[in-house]
Amino acid sequence: MSAKIEIRYPELVRQAMIGACQKLHPREELKNPVMFVVWVGSILSTAFLFHQFSGFNLQLALWLWFTCLFANFAEAMAEGRGKAHADALRKMRTATLARRLDSGQESAVIATDLKIDDCFVCEAGDIIPADGEIVEGIATVDESAITGESAPVIRESGGDRSAVTGGTRVISDRIVVRVTAEPGHSFLDRMIAMIEGARRQKTPNEIALNIVLISLTILFILVVLTLPTFAAFNERAAGQSGVVLTSLPVLLALIVCLIPTTIGGLLSAIGIAGIDRLMRRNVLATSGRAVEAAGDVDVLLLDKTGTITLGNRMATELIPAPGVNAGELADAAHFASLADETPEGRSIAVLVKEQYGMRGREVAAPHGQFIPFTAQTRMSGMDFPAPESGIPRCIRKGAAEAVKQFIEAQGGLYPKAVEDIVSDIARAGGTPLVVADGNRVLGVIRLKDIVKGGIRERFAQLRKMGVRTIMITGDNPLTAAAIAAEAGVDDFIAHAKPEDKLARIRQEQADGRLIAMIGDGTNDAPALAQADVGVAMNTGTQAAREAGNMVDLDSNPTKLIEVVEIGKQLLMTRGALTTFSIANDVAKYFAILPAMFGLLYATQVGGHGPLEKLNIMHLHSPESAILSAIVFNALIIVALIPLALRGVKYEAIGAAAVLRKNMVIYGLGGIIVPFVFIKLIDLFLVAVHLVS
Amino acid sequence: MNIHNFIELAVFFSLLIGLAPLLGRYMARVLSGESTLLSKLLAPLEMAVYRVGAIRPDEKMSWKKYFQAVLIFNVIGLVSLWILMMIQTWLPLNPMKLANVPWDLALNTAISFITNTNWQAYSGEATLSYFTQMAGLTVHNFLSAATGLAVLLALTRGLRHASIQELGNFWVDVTRSTLYIFLPLSLIMAVFLISQGVPQTLSRYATAHTLEGAEQVIPLGPVASQVAIKHLGTNGGGFFGENSAHPFENPTPLTNFTEVFGLLMIPASLVFTFGFMIGDKRHAWCLFSVMMIVLVGSFAVSWWAETQPNPVTANVLPQLEGKEVRFGVMNSVLFATATTGTSCGAVNAMHDSFMPLAGLMPLLNMMLGCIAFGGVGAGLYGMLMHVLITVFIAGLMVGRTPEYLGKKIQAWEAAWAAVAILLPNLLILLGSALSATVSAGLAGPSNSGPHGLSEILYAFSSCAANNGSAFAGLNANSVFYNLSLGAVMWVGRFGCIFAVLAIAGSLACKMTVPASPGTFPTNGLTFTLVLLGIILIVGALTFFPALCLGPIVEHGLMISGRVF
Repeated sequence: MSAKIEIRYPELVRQAMIGACQKLHPREELKNPVMFVVWVGSILSTAFLFHQFSGFNLQLALWLWFTCLFANFAEAMAEGRGKAHADALRKMRTATLARRLDSGQESAVIATDLKIDDCFVCEAGDIIPADGEIVEGIATVDESAITGESAPVIRESGGDRSAVTGGTRVISDRIVVRVTAEPGHSFLDRMIAMIEGARRQKTPNEIALNIVLISLTILFILVVLTLPTFAAFNERAAGQSGVVLTSLPVLLALIVCLIPTTIGGLLSAIGIAGIDRLMRRNVLATSGRAVEAAGDVDVLLLDKTGTITLGNRMATELIPAPGVNAGELADAAHFASLADETPEGRSIAVLVKEQYGMRGREVAAPHGQFIPFTAQTRMSGMDFPAPESGIPRCIRKGAAEAVKQFIEAQGGLYPKAVEDIVSDIARAGGTPLVVADGNRVLGVIRLKDIVKGGIRERFAQLRKMGVRTIMITGDNPLTAAAIAAEAGVDDFIAHAKPEDKLARIRQEQADGRLIAMIGDGTNDAPALAQADVGVAMNTGTQAAREAGNMVDLDSNPTKLIEVVEIGKQLLMTRGALTTFSIANDVAKYFAILPAMFGLLYATQVGGHGPLEKLNIMHLHSPESAILSAIVFNALIIVALIPLALRGVKYEAIGAAAVLRKNMVIYGLGGIIVPFVFIKLIDLFLVAVHLVS
Repeated sequence: MNIHNFIELAVFFSLLIGLAPLLGRYMARVLSGESTLLSKLLAPLEMAVYRVGAIRPDEKMSWKKYFQAVLIFNVIGLVSLWILMMIQTWLPLNPMKLANVPWDLALNTAISFITNTNWQAYSGEATLSYFTQMAGLTVHNFLSAATGLAVLLALTRGLRHASIQELGNFWVDVTRSTLYIFLPLSLIMAVFLISQGVPQTLSRYATAHTLEGAEQVIPLGPVASQVAIKHLGTNGGGFFGENSAHPFENPTPLTNFTEVFGLLMIPASLVFTFGFMIGDKRHAWCLFSVMMIVLVGSFAVSWWAETQPNPVTANVLPQLEGKEVRFGVMNSVLFATATTGTSCGAVNAMHDSFMPLAGLMPLLNMMLGCIAFGGVGAGLYGMLMHVLITVFIAGLMVGRTPEYLGKKIQAWEAAWAAVAILLPNLLILLGSALSATVSAGLAGPSNSGPHGLSEILYAFSSCAANNGSAFAGLNANSVFYNLSLGAVMWVGRFGCIFAVLAIAGSLACKMTVPASPGTFPTNGLTFTLVLLGIILIVGALTFFPALCLGPIVEHGLMISGRVF
């Protein structure tokens, strides 16, 4: 996706600036109560200019407007990326023609006229007009429009790779597809709606945070509005009527400085950026709620194959039976695997070549006949026609049980020592393949699951974040345990059936945990639907894609870990900016309150009253102090846009350490930073004579 | 500051820290319905109460039902107490033939005692008959404390239990806490007070002839029994107008020690009761530490301020104006800090006479919501509301939906916790602003300028936080203040209780998420500091402007020798 959509920043910024102005519409502003207060404040302070104009009041009004605009700009920036993407997708949706099949007859219809259960035909070069499931044929499909991945993928009827997506292009062959999505509800439509509608639905945490922010806003409005009465009470005693600065623009400035505008202005941008970050990793969430839930996940259910281990087992060792020459075993193993095109078979050939220096032999040379693997025999191998000496030679390799039967059927003896080797290998997490030549057992090939590099460290990080991993495998418990130990997962389910996944998810949920899983097959669908975060692979079936609440366009099972991280980052960013926003208020008080109260109880005209002592930043004048605070308040929103879009840096350390770190940066930093910058802005404003 | 002060403080705080976990454990057992040493004696009485009240002790209440019970109980109490005061002259035990209390003062006083505030716009000895004091005020001293404790219990159950609808039975909670906790402790304390010279009599006021030949009436009454629960229940409503400054209410340094200790003991122990009930003692210690830091910090500032020379009084030290000589500066400041840190509100010195910054601390204690250690029940549930907000804001920073003790804190909890914390703040600001504007309000303060403003702020803070202590100097017995402060007390109390129970009800229905390394830790140093920070910052941000125009500017003016 990122490969496909180019983001040009100057253009994005230009668009966002326009967007920022458009968002000044009251309907837009009302969506964000904190910023709505600023908006109302801007209007009131502008109106006040007609009542009492001064350069100071004008600047206050302008900076209130800037505060609104900056917040709108942040949101527009976050939306910009998604919009660019949605536009590109929408272009693909434009009316393609479909070749509908009506009882064998082809007719050309507009793609949008296709109904569920209609069938259509696609041949090389055709754009697939609608989401569907292949009912007949096999084809290579270019899905780069959706996934950004240029290599074509194979889609075929039956099995777990039968789903096709509208808007993708068939490159070769011919398929018949049954429509599975109503027009307007296709995957593409959902994607566009998701990207565009990102900010329309608030997530549960966002709602809760909004409530807290609104409460603080109401509180601070009252704090400021009650202030003139307390001031007047003192003015009467001091005999200094009107000495406290309680003009409307000053009060509005104080309100805007105190209410949490920093987080209020960036809140929706943070949410949109979170979804965007997922999108850039080619994961598509059906709702912001799902992204947020990802941060809460306690347990990850991971399929062993493809996620924890490389897809294929590899031969790693040849163990000869007692009294058998290692070279003889290697030779037989090589013969048995020569024509075996499975990855396992090839890995045996590679091992033999590397360890025993056997060159590749022509399959045809020994005139052998290849015996392929079948579910009945559970063996593969090679038969050689009887040479002059008389007996034909049968080389076999296969599961221990099968080979044992084979040997015993030919009157051979299956040695106890081999049985021991076999069980040793199984216990260590490997898969033993026994090699036999005629009625003689030659030895055992150790096939091993290769755990992906770096996955162990990944799991260790997850554990630090408080996320447990559970491996699901069809292997026997012995093998499963060994791989689990090697990969460092916390738990495993062996001999797993699809029902087991569902049962485990239900059980963990009953204990109060949140579960994430990734799946592709139709039989994963119930578990994907039950899981709190269900990531379906794009290569998966339509059923799986419907059931999950995220789709991974790369179909990379390890992606789940990144999804969790992005979810956490989203929440952390909100928390950090909220803390920062509230902590900022301390410094603003020390700027504005002495400015307002500085002259109260002054003993001589033009002198300072006792509260001037609160001016610990030694700001130049009351006007410069108030202006500096409001300028800081507006600029900090702009300054934090990159942080809001990028997210707070995420590290896999325990919650206690994360809390300590973020508290120091955003809490303590939030108290100190504004003192520094308000002072600097004050120096600047005075230097350029914007205020006296 | 001398060595005796420090020895007293060391003994005081060691006793508090040592005894709180023990009493906390006892209360946890009582309140969980377990039998204790006293069960043999009191169980028949408890059963009798249930029979008479037609209470089914095994009935479990939802949060709405629980709140209903709280409200019914308190409204009945309010109306009966109000009427009682208005007809006291026709009732027995009125040897001094005191008149009926005017309706507005009676209403204010009734609300005040029902809400555990014990704001007193009257002088007991000149206004209330023995019958009113005993059957009215003393009874409600017990019951209002029991109500606060019951609400805390409901919240605790909401946090502890998973996926249930019930929060326990209000009637049982009130009965058991009264019988097993308040009554026995009050009995012990009353007997001790009597031994120290506090009167406990129903005979009429004594008349004495002074050396100059003048006639002096010395008020008496059933004082000890009321004073005991006044402290243990963090009520603070004095038998006499001078409260614990009166020699019959607090005659000796020993009674003073006991009274300060008594008002802190149950709230401090309840933190551990909570810890036992939720099964997290470390968390209890964290909460206890935060409360202790607020209490000790505020005490230290006050004490320091009180020992600074005052140019207005020619820098004479020690400053004893408004204080009792038998207690001295340190014991007056300690009393003031403890009585405002809790929601007790008894006083043994006139806070109005403190140095501006020493007067600021009791005011700030109440503005923070009386959370160190707070009123019986109310202090801890108020603190837990701060905990929820802290967990919510800081909890997001660890990258999870905020959780507290395994319960997710979502929109409902965040909203009601915000209400519980902000409601008293709004009441203080709005009430004070109104009083500082309208003429009926302006008639109250006896000083102008910042000191007058402090008097107003103090009154509304005291009532909103259900503290009840008075700054002195404000003539609060007017229809305006009786009604406005009465309303503030009622809304401050039951608004918060509603919010707390709403949260309890919602939490009870939630699953408990097992803790993991990714869970926001609520039992370490970081949490303790963050909680303290949030309490102070939210409190300071709300009241700093008002305080600037009150005690802070007064302090600045005092240094330059100007007073109001």
